[in-house]
Amino acid sequence: MLPTLQVGPLALQVPGLMFLLALWLGLNLTEKFAPRRGMNAETLYNLIFAALISALIGARLSFAAQNFAIFTATPLSLISLNPGLLDPFGGFAAGLLAALIYGQRKKLALWQTLDVLTPFFAMMMAGLALSNAASGAAFGMETTLPWGIDLWGAKRHPTQFYALGLALANLALLGWQWKTTGWRDRTLFLFFVALTAGAWLFVEGFRGDSVILAGGFRAGQVLAWALMAAALGRIMLLDASKK
Amino acid sequence: MSFVQAIRKNWPGILAVALGLVWIWVSRAPEGATTAGGIPAPQAGFLAPAISLTTLEGETVALADLRGQVVLVNIWATWCPPCRAEMPAIQRAYETYHKQGFVVLAVNSTVQDDAAKIPTFVAEYRLTFPILLDGDGAVTRLYKVASLPSSFFIGRDGIIREVVIGGPMDEALLKTRIETLLKEKP
Repeated sequence: MLPTLQVGPLALQVPGLMFLLALWLGLNLTEKFAPRRGMNAETLYNLIFAALISALIGARLSFAAQNFAIFTATPLSLISLNPGLLDPFGGFAAGLLAALIYGQRKKLALWQTLDVLTPFFAMMMAGLALSNAASGAAFGMETTLPWGIDLWGAKRHPTQFYALGLALANLALLGWQWKTTGWRDRTLFLFFVALTAGAWLFVEGFRGDSVILAGGFRAGQVLAWALMAAALGRIMLLDASKK
Repeated sequence: MSFVQAIRKNWPGILAVALGLVWIWVSRAPEGATTAGGIPAPQAGFLAPAISLTTLEGETVALADLRGQVVLVNIWATWCPPCRAEMPAIQRAYETYHKQGFVVLAVNSTVQDDAAKIPTFVAEYRLTFPILLDGDGAVTRLYKVASLPSSFFIGRDGIIREVVIGGPMDEALLKTRIETLLKEKP
């Protein structure tokens, strides 16, 4: 676990750096793959940046709206650098909306664009796992297995590394499938969603911080299973509709 | 392709969905599998590790005695610029919410500071909350402080709700967290 890296007087937030690294690698992958599918890499760069900037602004505005009285008293907090003043759901909604508007204006085909952006999304999943490994978040249950890691007062399943391994395996599998089949049938993104949900479903079973439902069921697993089933169902329906 | 053919082609996916259900059943959380606040560790969701230190005035303050109140443990040093930058906001938050059950434990990481400078610092920022002295660095180590300042928001039940590494913390951040925690039932 390495939450911060002290460089002279600067305390660099390693989890954030991992995200930036994944963003950079993901953008490079997109740049490499976009022309092969007849898409302009620059347009996709702009799409991603429009979504990210809108997500950031939306997340802050949504958080401020939910805490209106506090932000009225300290309006400069609107431009604070504290990441704790962001609402992830508001940010996601704003980013998605911006991406849809930009895509519509540039007349981008939805499924083709999602397919080309799939390597970017897959790299971001690896970045998320690395970020959690650095911060010690998304930690595992206690274990006696020899590969358990000492974290938060106990020997635990290294769930962050399980997630990282699966994210990298998914990335490799997607790359291999791309090379062998070309993925011309607009299902690459759906396949990625199914793989990622499957990885989440598996790793969640070892987590020590799961939200628990009645009967000991883990909420994350139920959500991941539904996502995986929906993505695989959609692939099957697309196959069935082929002549 | 007919639907039956599509099912035949996608049998690995159907198998994965079925195995997923089995895994959800098998990996149901056994009693005590999740943190449930039982283990002390400096991470959100865990019981806050015990603190018992003396103040500048020589009084002993123990975190355990503050159960039922919302506590901000702020670990700082006089030479640290972001620590200096966030102190006025912490003081204002303390003044606003203290009567509602909010307490600040400002733990000076004295092991890496000059104790003689602390009274001047306290007077300069007119701090009225307890300043605790971590002379041997025990609390700094226990809370795995890798960077100053490090702040721990602790609920009325003694469980850490959020950890903020580095700073300065914005006043809005402090107020939103404190107000949320104060709303929780004792």
